[in-house]
Amino acid sequence: MSLEQEVELIRQFPIFSKLQPAMQKLLCFGSERMTYAPGQPLFQAGDVADAAYIVIEGTAEVSVPTPGGPVVINTMGRNAIIGEIAIFGGVPRTANVTAVTRLEALKISKDLFFNVIRENPDAAIELIRILAERLANTTSQLSRTITRPR
Amino acid sequence: MERSLFGFIIRYSKRDQLLIVPLVLASMVFYFLSLDLPKTIINQAIQGKSFPDPGSTAPFLKIHFALPGFLGGGVLALFDGIEMQRLPYLLVLTIVLLVLIVINGVLKFQINTMKGWMGERMLRRLRYVLFDHILRFPLPRFRRVKAAEMATMIKDEVEPLGGFIGEAFITPLFLGTQALTALFFIIFQHLALGMVALGIVLLQAFIIPAMRRRLLVLSKQRQLDARLLAGRIAECVDGIVEIHSNDTSNYERAEFSARLGKLFRIRFELYQRKFLIKFWNNFLSQVTPFLFYSIGGYLVIVGKLDIGALVAVIAAYKDLPTPVKELIDWDQQRLDVQIKYNQVLEQFSAEDLTPAEVQAMMDTPALPTQGTLRAANLSLTDESGAKLVDGVSFEAGLAEHVAIVGAQGCGGGELAQLLARLVYPTSGTIEVGGIDMTRAPEAVTGRAIAYVGSPAYMFPVSVRENLLYGLKHRVIKERTYEDDEALRERAFHVREARRTGTPEIDIDSDWIDYAAAGVPGAQEMETRIVEVLQVVDLQETIFELGLRSAVASERSADLGASVLRARRALHAELDSLGIGEWVERFDAARYNRNATLAENLLFGTPVGRKFDIDNLAKNDYVRRVLVETGLIEDLLKTGHKLAETMVELFSGLPAGHEFFERYSFIRHEDLPHVEEILGRVRESGLAGIGEDDRNDLLGLPFKLIQARHRLGLMDEAFEARVVEARRYFAAHLPAQLIGAIEFFDPERYNSASSLQDNMLFGRIVAGQAGAATRIGALLRKVLDELGLRPQVVKIGLDYQVGVGGARLAVADRQKIAMARAIIRRPAVLIVDQAVAVLDSASQLRVTTNVLEHRKDRCVIWFLNRIDLAERFGQVIVLERGRLAERGSFVELKSGGGALKKLLSAG
Repeated sequence: MSLEQEVELIRQFPIFSKLQPAMQKLLCFGSERMTYAPGQPLFQAGDVADAAYIVIEGTAEVSVPTPGGPVVINTMGRNAIIGEIAIFGGVPRTANVTAVTRLEALKISKDLFFNVIRENPDAAIELIRILAERLANTTSQLSRTITRPR
Repeated sequence: MERSLFGFIIRYSKRDQLLIVPLVLASMVFYFLSLDLPKTIINQAIQGKSFPDPGSTAPFLKIHFALPGFLGGGVLALFDGIEMQRLPYLLVLTIVLLVLIVINGVLKFQINTMKGWMGERMLRRLRYVLFDHILRFPLPRFRRVKAAEMATMIKDEVEPLGGFIGEAFITPLFLGTQALTALFFIIFQHLALGMVALGIVLLQAFIIPAMRRRLLVLSKQRQLDARLLAGRIAECVDGIVEIHSNDTSNYERAEFSARLGKLFRIRFELYQRKFLIKFWNNFLSQVTPFLFYSIGGYLVIVGKLDIGALVAVIAAYKDLPTPVKELIDWDQQRLDVQIKYNQVLEQFSAEDLTPAEVQAMMDTPALPTQGTLRAANLSLTDESGAKLVDGVSFEAGLAEHVAIVGAQGCGGGELAQLLARLVYPTSGTIEVGGIDMTRAPEAVTGRAIAYVGSPAYMFPVSVRENLLYGLKHRVIKERTYEDDEALRERAFHVREARRTGTPEIDIDSDWIDYAAAGVPGAQEMETRIVEVLQVVDLQETIFELGLRSAVASERSADLGASVLRARRALHAELDSLGIGEWVERFDAARYNRNATLAENLLFGTPVGRKFDIDNLAKNDYVRRVLVETGLIEDLLKTGHKLAETMVELFSGLPAGHEFFERYSFIRHEDLPHVEEILGRVRESGLAGIGEDDRNDLLGLPFKLIQARHRLGLMDEAFEARVVEARRYFAAHLPAQLIGAIEFFDPERYNSASSLQDNMLFGRIVAGQAGAATRIGALLRKVLDELGLRPQVVKIGLDYQVGVGGARLAVADRQKIAMARAIIRRPAVLIVDQAVAVLDSASQLRVTTNVLEHRKDRCVIWFLNRIDLAERFGQVIVLERGRLAERGSFVELKSGGGALKKLLSAG
């Protein structure tokens, strides 16, 4: 798959859809295309949050470490974007993300992501909207987990 | 040093100067004779005064002296001469003239050479004395001097002094006697003409120096300003970060321009005056022949002077203005260099210069081994009178670890420097193992005590040399010379060194004091170095430096073979783990998509600049290959497409955007130019553009890495043609380019590539998550298994650290400094916040390791982190230069005193 196809892919994401075509292409060009083997971690809780990932092919599991072992909280598939919250928070990763199958992902480094967002206010607003939505989701998921009878 | 330049010259070169004097006097005799002879030639031989008839003869070499009256008058005939006819007489006389001229020339040659030698010897002595002064300046003085100014003074400003010293006495003597001889000769021929010449000379001698007085003032000013300029440049280089971060580059430009303007103004006036003086000088010396021709001519006509004498006078006069002018020059030079000498002297004079005995080279001074370190009433006052350290007294065993702690400005750093005897206390004493350190020579302090400060300085040599620097106190084993040539060379060096009062110690001897490091010789030293590297947590860094180094295989014969073994082992390991394709190996028959297009074409590593990737398209041979394999059209198309993509991606970004640096193939400032080229391509097609445009487009794709850049610009057919061109490139490589590239060969060691690249023999594939880390680990494993790690570390130790250690991370520099201090096993190790720049975990690790390594040996550590004080036996708490309390950590912590306060504050 070449750059053109990657551009097609990221165009589907609301954050990136508002970008100029040249900027979309630049984002892909500046990113790394990574391959992960099943079971290989993309990152782990506590790591420095230095990149966001867009899944091109395969699935990944999101889990949080708890005293009783990691708890899977989400599964991400094709066209999912992972880890973009942490890079804006400046905090270490809060969850583990591990490839379940062979996984191909576009790794967008923090610097690149920042620079692109900085150049494009529309994308920034889109990002805020997504984050708000994600927060609401997580909160409700969490409350369901806690209230669920054991 | 002597207060005056002439004092210095007389003191050190009297003998040399005197040796030249007889030569000068001898040359004057021959000079006088060569002036006198033309007269005889013209009058006697040419005009024939001695040959009244065609057949008459004249005596040659007749030596008769007319005795003065008081000796009874008459003639003293020493030799009656050989009778000769007119023509042979003329011939013999002219040959004699030639011989005289040649003898004179030889004498002059000898005098000049001796003068030059003498000047250089004195210059060598002077430079050495100045450098010696720098080494003996007390440390606080270095806050006031600029390195660049010191360097200009020793290197440039004293240079003319060397030239002048050769001239100091000989030139006035030589020129003076020459001028006097010529003048005497003229007066001897004709009194009136002589008086005319004398008058003009006197005029010259008074007017010109008067005009030159202002020149001296100007040149003095110029010297000062030039020195300041040198200092200023160094300041800007040192402060370059501040200049960038504060946007003051234009302020600096203006400042520099102002300085240049000032220098120019001085030069401007200098030139104006200099050439005016020259004009007068020339005028005066040329007006004299006018007088000679008119007056002398008249005298010849009226018969009061013979023509031969006039010609001789004119010839003699031709030699007169030059020495007079040069004498005046000499005088000016004298004033000039005297000013220079005094100025330099002023900068280098210091009342508190360390006495030479303190730094005397000693073989094995008595060093403290056991007992205690006792500081009594130590005080240090700075120039303003502030007490930096105030009456500090403490005692510590030579097996004890002492921590110094305190808040900002507590005087801990100053105390550390005092204990290391880097600065002398204003009052108080330091005793180590019964030896008074305040009075001990550096041979004792510099071997018994080691000091690590922050930032520590690295010399621009290899890591190894930096580590061993602290062991070079004296020559351990004199170098021996075998062959005659080297022996002669060495003897010459020693002779000259003695003559100029500079040390004759052979720098090429073995200076490394292995015994001080606790090892018997160079072999065991390597083990000791590795041990020390482990203590300072540096072994992995050095190992990596080794991996990244390219080593010529000639340096160690079996290195190539070992690396090849490692290469095979690594590949086998990768294959057995099923990750063989994580490294795309170089294969002569295949295009490597993880390597650049340039690497694929050359299929080797460039040696030197001939096949530099940035200029590959302009290389004649590469062009020939591209043309003859037909690749050039493909490449041009690719370059064009790449240019289009880059313009599309990057033209929207502002200049200086970091994406250019990181991702673009084209710099921002070149974008408009590339856009213009693209415009021309649209107009007239790729075939229609000019040579320059073609070159620019052709140069673009060489850095393209297919797998990483994913631009889809090259298809398989293109790749196949590159492989084809690669074969052609290797097959037709001209003889003179053979050394410019080392080809990739699975069976050969590539001495232009790093060890790591040699082992990989390929490129780690792009986008394989974790590939670099995993392969790095495997690489280490393979090297360990093959027992090659020490060899790689050895190579890493040869890594050149760069100016001030700039090629190393700051933390690594500090670690090396620490290693340099502990490798020589000092009785006392003093650490002055030296690990503060390390990250928190490394600080802890290095501190623990060093204390462990120096168990039972004294360590005094001024800590930047108070929590680490727990690891020390004794803690000294300072408050504004005073000792607030001391004792064990536990004791003080529970005591509620100064340490408790510090702990709760921090």
